[in-house]
Amino acid sequence: MKNSAVINPVAVAGSAATLQALRFSVDSDGIALVTLDRQDKTMNTIDLVLINELAGVIARIREDADIKGAVITSGKNAFLAGADLFDIEARLYDNLGRAAADMVDETYTLNQLLRPLEICGKPMACAFNGLALGGGFEVGLACHYRVAADGKHLQFGLPEVQVGLLPAGGGTTRVTRLLGLQAAMPFLLEGKAVGAQEAMKAGLLHAVVPAADLLANAKAWVLANPAAKQPWDTKGWKTPGGAGAMAPTVAQTLVVTNAMLQAGTNHNYPAPLAILSCMYEGAQLPIETALRLEAKYMAQLLADPVSGNMLRTLFVNKSKADKLVRRPAGVPKRKHSRIGMLGAGLMGGGIAMVAAQANIEVVLIDRTQEAADKGKAYVAKRLESAVAKCRTTREKADAVLARIHPTTDYAALRDVSIVVEAVFEDRAVKAEVTRLAEATMPADAVFASNTSSLPITGLAEISVRPGRFIGLHFFSPVDRMPLVEVIRGKATSDATLAEALDLVQQLRKTPIIVNDSRGFFTSRFFGAVVNEGVTLLTEGVKPALIENASKHAGLPVGPLTVSDEVGLDLAMNVAKQTAKDLGDAYQPGSSLAVIRRLVEGHGRHGRKNGKGFFDYTADGSKRLWPGLAQEFPVAAAQPTAAQIRERLLYAAVVDAAKCMADGVITDPGEADVGAVLGVGFPTYLGGPFSMMDTVGLPQIVAICDRLAAQYGERFLLPPLIAEMAAAGETFYGPHARTQFRTGA
Amino acid sequence: MTEAYIYDHVRTPRGKGRPDGKLHEISAVSLVSQTLHALRDRNALDTTQVEEVVLGCVAAVGEQGGNIARIATLNAGFDESVPGVQLNRYCSSGLDAVNFAAAKVMAGQAELAIGGGVEMMSRTPMGSDGGAWAIDPQVAFRTRFVMQGISADLLASLHGYSREQLDAYALASQQRAARAWAEGRFARSVIPVRDVVGAVVLDRDEHLRPDTTAESLAALKPAFQEMGTKYGFDAVALQRYPEVERIEHLHHAGNSSGVVDGAGAVLVGSLAAGQRAGLRPRARIRSFASIGTEPTLMLTGPAPSAQRALAKAGMSTADIDLWELNEAFSAVVLSFMETMNVPHEVINVNGGAIALGHPLGATGAMILGTVLDELERTGKGTALVNLCVGAGMGTATIIERVS
Repeated sequence: MKNSAVINPVAVAGSAATLQALRFSVDSDGIALVTLDRQDKTMNTIDLVLINELAGVIARIREDADIKGAVITSGKNAFLAGADLFDIEARLYDNLGRAAADMVDETYTLNQLLRPLEICGKPMACAFNGLALGGGFEVGLACHYRVAADGKHLQFGLPEVQVGLLPAGGGTTRVTRLLGLQAAMPFLLEGKAVGAQEAMKAGLLHAVVPAADLLANAKAWVLANPAAKQPWDTKGWKTPGGAGAMAPTVAQTLVVTNAMLQAGTNHNYPAPLAILSCMYEGAQLPIETALRLEAKYMAQLLADPVSGNMLRTLFVNKSKADKLVRRPAGVPKRKHSRIGMLGAGLMGGGIAMVAAQANIEVVLIDRTQEAADKGKAYVAKRLESAVAKCRTTREKADAVLARIHPTTDYAALRDVSIVVEAVFEDRAVKAEVTRLAEATMPADAVFASNTSSLPITGLAEISVRPGRFIGLHFFSPVDRMPLVEVIRGKATSDATLAEALDLVQQLRKTPIIVNDSRGFFTSRFFGAVVNEGVTLLTEGVKPALIENASKHAGLPVGPLTVSDEVGLDLAMNVAKQTAKDLGDAYQPGSSLAVIRRLVEGHGRHGRKNGKGFFDYTADGSKRLWPGLAQEFPVAAAQPTAAQIRERLLYAAVVDAAKCMADGVITDPGEADVGAVLGVGFPTYLGGPFSMMDTVGLPQIVAICDRLAAQYGERFLLPPLIAEMAAAGETFYGPHARTQFRTGA
Repeated sequence: MTEAYIYDHVRTPRGKGRPDGKLHEISAVSLVSQTLHALRDRNALDTTQVEEVVLGCVAAVGEQGGNIARIATLNAGFDESVPGVQLNRYCSSGLDAVNFAAAKVMAGQAELAIGGGVEMMSRTPMGSDGGAWAIDPQVAFRTRFVMQGISADLLASLHGYSREQLDAYALASQQRAARAWAEGRFARSVIPVRDVVGAVVLDRDEHLRPDTTAESLAALKPAFQEMGTKYGFDAVALQRYPEVERIEHLHHAGNSSGVVDGAGAVLVGSLAAGQRAGLRPRARIRSFASIGTEPTLMLTGPAPSAQRALAKAGMSTADIDLWELNEAFSAVVLSFMETMNVPHEVINVNGGAIALGHPLGATGAMILGTVLDELERTGKGTALVNLCVGAGMGTATIIERVS
């Protein structure tokens, strides 16, 4: 939708008309058929062209006495997508600083079309021939009858909450009225999408029929129901389950939902609250007032930077990364059909599984046949549980497993297109398997190391073809973590990068491209947060406060918890290795003294030996180690949770800025995607670069200067940020620094 | 300023707040009407002289709705010139009703007034009146609403109270209440409740369990654990109190106030009005105060409201002989004793709501009378009556025996 709230209905005359967004015809029974079919695009989306034409169609249907009713369907594979999110993102910058009150007319536009549709006085049927998510589904919700073709590709839902918005085309209003507050919650608060059968069971559809019968079914319904009305326009109708604070089930449901949502969002995400308010308040209002209220809450969300941050990172920049927009041009696409996997441990097994699931044959090599078989057994176990949970079928699981070939024989690599190495994080071990693999793998195959910390350029030194050497940093558990950090070594060629990206895409993961550096981007970036959190202990901050403040800031786990999970001894070893590698240039992190005291003073290695910052019990529960109070006496004055949040997040921001200034990362969009998908940087902030833009670079500089003066030089920003601030530049939008302007 | 005096106090026994409770068949209007009758009849009151009836009632819907004070006054056969007003400050409503009546007297705008309260929790369950606080998402989010039991467990966690400490307090409440009944200490206030044919259905508090032991309390399951851990309330509470590692769920049915039915009423008036009616004052109302506190922790209002009332009376903690603090939860009383430096020996000496129950709208008026009876029994002079209140409030009243 463009920034206009004014609908200009397009005149529709005659018994057939072809417009830009739809085709219109009236059959001999007097039933109008509206086929959404955007002429110049492969997808139908909701924009002003469609809205104006649909408004014209509705006017015609209403006025023309010969038309008995109408069926709306689509000429595309997908029924109708919602608003174009790329378009919304592009307009974020126009909306900056606009008050919510000034945007209500715009957010009300779709409702202005759909309410007249449902009270046009004639039966309106929606025949879903394809997927309908978001605005597309809302068009159907305004119709009196919804029938869908029975097909696996059909999906129905309102996913707006997932990008920080709400379904403002009547979605919150009509789904709540259809299903009642409680049953509507998964669809509105979680954006749950369902197939046709489930949508019918839930009450969102009236019927599901074979695709061939779709239009006939819809037309028959129109003929049989000349006086059709929406339930909520029928006298005496009440919201199922009741509405308002006096309805016992509503009251009970909301008391709990209010708490659960706060627990889940920590007050960082405004969309779920806005949606729940639309549901609760809207259900008590006449539908017109409820729709207007929905538009007001939508305007509130648009005026809040969170929706823009989520949309930009989770949708726009993630889509760009998924489409490999930064893949070197001119390199032919490589389809990987057989790959080699070195190391059958947790990572190796996990990568083998996702590859096999993507129809790729995997040679899974380990030192002994037993170890290699164990990797396959791990996959078998994961698949078994997926079958048990009905996430896949027995046949499919068997087929996936059959694509994994465990062996000790490196000769099996003779016809692979890429080898991924995931052996122990030790240079000597890695060097050995590299040599063995390169002896048999084809000359044009890529060698990728799944190291999480060792610089790629150094690892490539052993390679006989460093140009074909690259880093592919997967995250654990591989089947659930969507990100792959693609690390380009000094010698890595464009072709190697391109072909490695092709594999990531085949695995349906999101790649970000990173230049070689210790810890690459995500590990060192997240390390800065953990370092800051642990450092707080040395200042006498209560450990519970550190953990809770981190959670409340939106980090997935507290710094003490994650340190225990990774292993305090491991952190100690990495520090020692780094010191050895860097020599005089080594600067220990501010938290190292804490780790050393726990590991060397108390033998506390983290979760693995049942004692770290926490004590772990056999039943899986944990409590803060009481000894922490002796080691790090609690200070009389404690910081606020907001102060801790600031330190944790700005530690991350400074590190991201350094990575950008050092050229470890070059694209803010990819860095934001990596921060959010890889290491759980809070999505409401959109990533460190979105956060910097949201706060404003001059303000960022001022805050970091203050933090550096208070807590140390680790908060000093690279000059890049001050330069950009002085020049009025940003990372995104119309004022983006030239080097950060990327095409879609 | 006119002084306000307490002339009399009556209360019903507290019946179990369940369908098998002895008071369940009595309607809320009938129950509170019986306290009005008792005040009238015991004092040979000419009801035309009563210028206000204020009743606390929390779930003011259904049969308790629509200004139960006026309806009860009419139902009780008081002169039709007697007006009524219902108020709701959650748990302290009954005491606030007395304060409201006293305030009218002190301001010279009424001569004789009744303050009291009623709650038939078995017939109109807690929460029946809805309300935005917990339900409206905007409000619940803004205020970090949690269920009160979570607040009680949070309070215990913040103070580091153990389950044993909380249970020991609860046990004392049972023992003190049992002794009070055994020694007839409630005899002056408690009136028998009668059914439609005039037969007595209950003349004794029904909720207390004199056979309670430390062991029987220790066997009870925490009441708010599931609510806190499964339904997100602990997480919400920690958003306000991030320094707490976790909320220990320690309160249960045995160390929290009981759900009961009951009503109480207090006759308040000026000295002159009492003289005209031939009444002897029992106590003077020295001061009263209410205060708001942080709503998620919710239960810390008693100490600051007590401080405020003391300041208004020009008194200090040492000037109070007896303390009566509603036993909403063990932790409320323990933390009050700790904060105000009040020894267990002089607070809730005849037990409290843990043993006897807490009929929300009535409790404040009931415990005022309980401590007044105790002042008279022991010959002591002053008492401070106090309740913690939902949404983070407290109300306190200081009385001084005069006869």
